[in-house]
Amino acid sequence: MLYNILIDPFVQMGSAPDFFLQVLWSGFVAGTLYSLIALGFVLIFKASGVFNFAQGIMVVFAALTLVGLYQAGVPAWAALFLTVGAMFVLAWLVERIVLRNLVNQEEIILFMATIGLNYFLIGFGEYVFGGEPKSMIAAELGLPTGSTTFEPFDGILIIEHLDVAAVIMAIILVTALAIFFNKTRIGRALRAVADDHQAALSVGISLNQIWVIVWFAAGIVALATGIMWGAKSDVSFALQIVALKALPVLIIGGFTSIPGAIIGGLVIGFGEKLFEIYWGGLLGSGVEGWFAYVIALIFLLFRPHGLFGEKIIERI
Amino acid sequence: MFYREVGQFKTNYSSDSQVFPILQDKIGIFAMLVVAFVFVPMFGSEFFLNSIMIPFLIFTLATIGLNILVGYTGQLSLGTGAFMGVGAYSCYKLATIFPDVNIIIMVLLSGFFSAGVGILFGLPSLRIKGFYLLVSTLAAQFFLEWCFIRVEWLYNYNDSGAIDSLQRSAFGYAVSGGAANSHAQYFVVLTIVVVMTWVASNLIRGRIGRSWMMIRDMDIAAELMGVRPLFAKLSAFAVSSFYCGVAGALMVFFWLGSAEVESFDINHSFLFLFMAIIGGLGSLIGCYMGAAFIWILPIIIRALPSALGLDINAATVEHINFMMIGAMIIFFLIVEPHGLARLWQIAKEKLRTWPFPYS
Repeated sequence: MLYNILIDPFVQMGSAPDFFLQVLWSGFVAGTLYSLIALGFVLIFKASGVFNFAQGIMVVFAALTLVGLYQAGVPAWAALFLTVGAMFVLAWLVERIVLRNLVNQEEIILFMATIGLNYFLIGFGEYVFGGEPKSMIAAELGLPTGSTTFEPFDGILIIEHLDVAAVIMAIILVTALAIFFNKTRIGRALRAVADDHQAALSVGISLNQIWVIVWFAAGIVALATGIMWGAKSDVSFALQIVALKALPVLIIGGFTSIPGAIIGGLVIGFGEKLFEIYWGGLLGSGVEGWFAYVIALIFLLFRPHGLFGEKIIERI
Repeated sequence: MFYREVGQFKTNYSSDSQVFPILQDKIGIFAMLVVAFVFVPMFGSEFFLNSIMIPFLIFTLATIGLNILVGYTGQLSLGTGAFMGVGAYSCYKLATIFPDVNIIIMVLLSGFFSAGVGILFGLPSLRIKGFYLLVSTLAAQFFLEWCFIRVEWLYNYNDSGAIDSLQRSAFGYAVSGGAANSHAQYFVVLTIVVVMTWVASNLIRGRIGRSWMMIRDMDIAAELMGVRPLFAKLSAFAVSSFYCGVAGALMVFFWLGSAEVESFDINHSFLFLFMAIIGGLGSLIGCYMGAAFIWILPIIIRALPSALGLDINAATVEHINFMMIGAMIIFFLIVEPHGLARLWQIAKEKLRTWPFPYS
């Protein structure tokens, strides 16, 4: 038993290094995709303190809008722009109808409101686009297909071009967001709001405007995530369960940190794939479903605010 | 008007600390019990009992469990479904191992298994709080769901992977399984729910409940004042999971008849959170209102098109149902974040001073 847990997996890794690399690569890709979802959460949490449960359905919604528009006969590039527009309208409506009326409520109330939004969008999305899975228009959007085969250690390592594109896109998005947050006027306003709502208001920052911007940014991240996840599997409402995986990612990274979201995503991606492949057999398959949460719990026991989260000093 | 406390004097401490200090409240609760115990079974059809009243009561019980944790102790939880599952599966195992024992005892015993699991997954709450705690309960949710599928011993190695309610009786009546009639089931469920609500209300008013509320309001201050966070938090997890476990066992044996892991999935955890929040966090009557609202509203929405003679297909109705629930949740949060229970309280205040705007 101990041999099976402690030694055998490493023997397997050593004896088939090409397969090990393959597993690492798939973990890396899964990790970047988790990071992308988590990024959407972090953006909104940083700027408004809302834990946006609806991020998962926003991913599905964005992807469905894109595919739906394309199927309705709109050319791919126009569909992309229209979807971005739709995400803006969604952000504006959310601010106008939901957030504005819930200013100064407790966190759990805002959290519940996003769950309500989640339900509404599920119903609305299924009503408009139908419940059946759709395939993403990856080729029409100019995403690469096919794969390249490497031969390290006399083995095979297959790397799909789509995965590479996903990683590159994630890197671009994160860099763009980092620049946006640190260098632009709006980005500074966002950070001010994140620090202290009242202080930000008192120096003349419009909270309402900031919230629309943040939700719009989260919508764009959701669209990017939706395209990538959709191209890897299908666009269906099952994707929103994947979004729950963003929670452990956030926990590891800390709720307020963009680099944290990236590192948390990678930790979860690697950990999950390695555990599933090398240790999962001991427990029966399907451990992927809960292992991420266990990793997060272990991290939390040592660092209650995540790796990069802000330490909260509590006063009475 | 008729809802006044005029002339009702409190002359000693015990009358000052009653659950229902006002005579009209006592009459009201008595009337509700009479309706529930006599009129509903007398006039209610099989369908009404089976698909409205029994699930409503079971959901209320689970919501009370969740409310103890979220509303009274302030520990956010998304693991209700899984804790119900623990109760259901352990009740199933107990009923298989001891076939002759009264099923009601088994249902209550299974709550203790659930409580144990609840304590285990409540341990991280000592170190982490708020949204970070969600991950602990989500870990419970997904890990236990996985167990319900993978550990075949739990469902007696049958091929379907489902647990069926076994043919069991209590006090000489068949109350679960195919031969049970819904009136007997209704009485069992109603009695358990009423008794457990009464127990919960006394727990909450007592020393332990007040320590929960102190932890909720500010844990550091509570600790300074001598509340042991370890005991308070874990006891809240235990009691909450006990309630959820009993609700889960009731759900399988007295309502569904057969359940798979889908009956205990994350969506159910959300459902109970909705009920607790719509009803009102930190209120027992709110649990009843929330459960009634969330359970009965969709039934009405589903029945509405055919009643109005509109021809809408079932899928569309289901979508509208989702949208309505989502919209209603947001609407309620905006209008009254403290839930239906708060509305009820406001109505009672208004009645007290009526016809004057204030007193």
